Amino acid sequence: MLDYVRSNRREVIAGVVLVVLLAGYIGTHPRGASTYVMTIWANQGLILGLAACAQFFAVVVRGIDLSVGAIMALTNCIASYLLDGSALGIGFGMFAVVAAGAACGLLNGVIIVYGRLQPIVVTLATASIFVGIALLLRPTPGGAINYDLADAITLDVLGIPTALIITGVVIMGFWLPFRRTGLGLGLYALGSSEQAAFQSGINTKFIRLAAFTLAGFFGGLAGLYYSFVTTTGDAGIAPGFTLNSIAAVVLGGVLLRGGVGSLVGALAGAFILKTIASLMFFSGLPSLAQPLFEGMILAAAIAIGGADVLRARNKLEAYS
Amino acid sequence: MSKHFGATKALDDVDFICNAGEVHAVLGENGAGKSTLMKLIAGALQPSHGRIRVDGHDVLLTSPQDALQHGLVCMFQELSLVPDLTVRENLLLGAPGAGIGWLRGTGLDTARAVLERIGGADIRMGVRVADLTLPQRQQVEIAKALMKKPRLLILDEATSALNASVVESVFELVREQRDSGTAVLFISHRFHEIEALADRISVFRNGRRVETFKKGDHDYGDIIDMMVGQKIEELFPDKPLTDEDAEVVLDITGFNWDGRVKNVNLSVRRGQIVGLGGLDGQGQGAFLMGLFGLLRKTTGQTAISGRAAELRNPKTAKQQDIALAYIPEDRKTEGLILDQSIRENLELAALGRPDLDATDETLYAPSLEQLALKHGGLGQPVSSLSGGNQQKVVLSKWLAIKPKCLLLADPTRGIDVKTKTQIYAILRQLADQGTAIVLLSTDYEELIQLCDETHVFFDGKIVASLSGDNLTPQNIIAATLNIAQPAQAAHA
Amino acid sequence: MLRSISVDSLMPYFGVVILIFAGSAFFPQVLSVDYLTQQLQIAAFLGLLATGATIVILLGHIDLSVPWVLTGAAILSTALVGSGNPVLGALAVPAALAFGALIGVINAAGVAILRIPSMVWTLAVNSMLLGLAVLNTGGFNPRGESSELMITMASGDLFELPVSFLIWIAVSLALTWLLTRTPFGRYLRSIGHNEKASFLSGVSTPSVLFAAFAIAGMCSALGGVLLAGYANQAYQSMGDPFLLPTIAAVVIGGTSILGGRGGLFGTIGGALFITLLTSILSVMQIGDAWRNIIFGVIILVMLLFQTLRKGAPA
Repeated sequence: MLDYVRSNRREVIAGVVLVVLLAGYIGTHPRGASTYVMTIWANQGLILGLAACAQFFAVVVRGIDLSVGAIMALTNCIASYLLDGSALGIGFGMFAVVAAGAACGLLNGVIIVYGRLQPIVVTLATASIFVGIALLLRPTPGGAINYDLADAITLDVLGIPTALIITGVVIMGFWLPFRRTGLGLGLYALGSSEQAAFQSGINTKFIRLAAFTLAGFFGGLAGLYYSFVTTTGDAGIAPGFTLNSIAAVVLGGVLLRGGVGSLVGALAGAFILKTIASLMFFSGLPSLAQPLFEGMILAAAIAIGGADVLRARNKLEAYS
Repeated sequence: MSKHFGATKALDDVDFICNAGEVHAVLGENGAGKSTLMKLIAGALQPSHGRIRVDGHDVLLTSPQDALQHGLVCMFQELSLVPDLTVRENLLLGAPGAGIGWLRGTGLDTARAVLERIGGADIRMGVRVADLTLPQRQQVEIAKALMKKPRLLILDEATSALNASVVESVFELVREQRDSGTAVLFISHRFHEIEALADRISVFRNGRRVETFKKGDHDYGDIIDMMVGQKIEELFPDKPLTDEDAEVVLDITGFNWDGRVKNVNLSVRRGQIVGLGGLDGQGQGAFLMGLFGLLRKTTGQTAISGRAAELRNPKTAKQQDIALAYIPEDRKTEGLILDQSIRENLELAALGRPDLDATDETLYAPSLEQLALKHGGLGQPVSSLSGGNQQKVVLSKWLAIKPKCLLLADPTRGIDVKTKTQIYAILRQLADQGTAIVLLSTDYEELIQLCDETHVFFDGKIVASLSGDNLTPQNIIAATLNIAQPAQAAHA
Repeated sequence: MLRSISVDSLMPYFGVVILIFAGSAFFPQVLSVDYLTQQLQIAAFLGLLATGATIVILLGHIDLSVPWVLTGAAILSTALVGSGNPVLGALAVPAALAFGALIGVINAAGVAILRIPSMVWTLAVNSMLLGLAVLNTGGFNPRGESSELMITMASGDLFELPVSFLIWIAVSLALTWLLTRTPFGRYLRSIGHNEKASFLSGVSTPSVLFAAFAIAGMCSALGGVLLAGYANQAYQSMGDPFLLPTIAAVVIGGTSILGGRGGLFGTIGGALFITLLTSILSVMQIGDAWRNIIFGVIILVMLLFQTLRKGAPA
């Protein structure tokens, strides 16, 4: 048990921070610990959480994905066309939306791997392309999502917010098994040391392609869930989500140099960000001061994480 | 087989046979072609000419995956463990048949059994590799290799950080593997390990296989001859008699750091080359780094030519009043900037010295000439040079600042013999001219033949200070492995 | 500057020529002196930002605080002028530059001392500046105006060329001298290639980082001052549209995002190219959607060209 805590200490710390912040939030919210409050919190958290998951897959292989927000915008706009109609149509629509996200991710991966370009610049360019396509679909926000379905997915089940159940499924049903696969562990190997991974017989090209495709897949999931929460298609949501997804993974203990961190951390980081924002809202701080405080707390959290380095006894450790 | 890298012939028309049920040791100086041969067998490189046959059939090893499928398992010197994953996860990833899908963990029990046998019973499966010590990581690496049930097992300097009893248990395991039919290729440049383990020995030199013979057929002197192509006495410059009254150039007292360097005292006189030895990670490397200002929270006094010196960082250390220079262990990532030109690399240390003009060619010309640097123009990228020539650039860079004290961390690792001789010569000359030289080395010959005085580290302390008649291989090995020292050699 | 002229850095210039000729096929006025000098004037705004960004990218880092340093400088300078006090008004431009340098120092502190990845830290700094601006202006457009000097810098002419363009070229020449003729420039590139080895060679890597980020901050601030001069005011989110084009301009100019390689010559070409591209797409009345798509595709094409030129991997 102690081993588990030590081996996953970043996630444990993130989890503890999250619980503390959540307690603070519930404490200051006028409606307190009610299903209503938790549901809204969970919905917002899950949207960013899925975006953070997307970013995780890019970052863990030592890359970055600046198109996460754009993929969300695009899939959101696609959803605003497809998710209204017959049950079969909606089912197919959901599948198509997520597949579109994965396809965007695959495109990123192909250009990065076979074009031998850096992820940051490739995804910068593709983000522009994806947003453009989204604008073609929805020049102005609009569209419709089947309300019943949206309600089912964004409310609660027996008092527990559906969003939290979905988060639980992602962790238990996807992430834990995924970490027992060669692909899942291969991501870490590639991010740690491409050379060592290659020498161990790992197909580095395939793993990198898979990483960015997964990033797109989760970006699509994020866009899909966003559609259920807002029931509209909006091409303009990209920039906020991209940058926040980066902040979320960093807060959750995923290192930008790759090979370190987990999906759970990414989710925790996203929920932490959202809780801070919500805390601000209800804390009684003047609304004009809130963005500043949010920024300062983000900076402080990042700085505290970085202060680790100040304790290093060997100066060279700062440079690896 | 032959392997060319551009104009460099790493392997030149080599025939090599490795039999099942046999420990075949491969000896050779760094740069002799051993690593290249191993990388070819492991599928990490492809030959320029020639064939590889397994069980009598031609095979094409286009990637490490292919090699693994044929049962060719290589334990590389640079560990292949993923730091952020647990021991269990690393073993899962390395298990035979591990692909993209679900990892079944075949062989995990084997790995655990191996760990228990080599003193790693206390390594728990759920611990992150990043939290293990270096010896523990080597133990896991060995378990990972054996778990794959190799038909051919390559061990490349696999025991450099392990203590004596662990090394012995690893050797036992290796013998068991051999007895059950595995072929074992064992690379080392430590003669006593070869003695203990090998059935057959092949000596490589300059990319060619010199001779293969049964252990015992040739003695130590002959083998050195084969490895080096010259009598060992010719490799090293003459050692002058130590002048007991010479001025103390570098004096360190009470050096402590982080529990990993404990109360170390060292004095270096004018004209002396002082050697630091020991297994990996026993504190000698940290001590050297501390002298250059690379460590925080060190205690102790340092005096250069009698004056107390504060070594806060490399920038202050290289200034005229202290004039310390440090040749780091890893020349490719620490000593040089590979993507830049030879000239840019040469100038980098002198640039920060306000009293010198870094663009002045006369700062570098003497060292470049004495070291006989072979290059195609100083504007060429330094990555185009061979390992030996790259190290010459590193040396010349630092000699340009006219250091009073030169610290070297294993400078001849991975270097060809000719370059080594040139480096030894210039070091001795610098010592004669008054530079204090502290040389960390993993090569016993260097510690004996080049150094006037050698200090062996164990667990952060100096456990033996050897010079003169005491400076023998037996004494060094004993101190390195922390065994009680045998009786000292009789005085002449 | 001549040494940093590589084939990669010439690419955007070829692109500019192609754009001019292709554009003039549709719209003959593209070839007019008026239009072209106007492009030079506007390119200077992006160009200054990209020039500062090049310094940081050569170091192997990135500065994502550009949008709000720009906006902050604009707000600060127009507020000083708008106060009516002539002394404060005269201080407008220097104060803005000092502001840029200060933020640069804060950026460098996080990166050099706390070793926080520059991407994350400059992002956080950007957020804080946004928060400060919201607090300060109450969410409305900041009140204030630009001084005569600022307006001249942005829209004036000297010897038939736009002043903004001349300022940009002057800054680029000064920084090029810094890059090629001083140890600082050498250290910058060494650190960009390999910070560890540079540190071990006795380079004071923190000092270089502080200087580089301060320079970038001042360039962003100068860009903000010029933009405020152009629009005669500062406005919310005036900096946001500039971040990605800034990075794009640097990268298509041949500077490697990993650091160490590249130079300002290419960045100048990159900024000219992007400005011209945006302008022609606008003249052709191409909508937002297609503009985004074309922009992204062209950047990818130019980057892929760079890869093709490099040939097979080592």
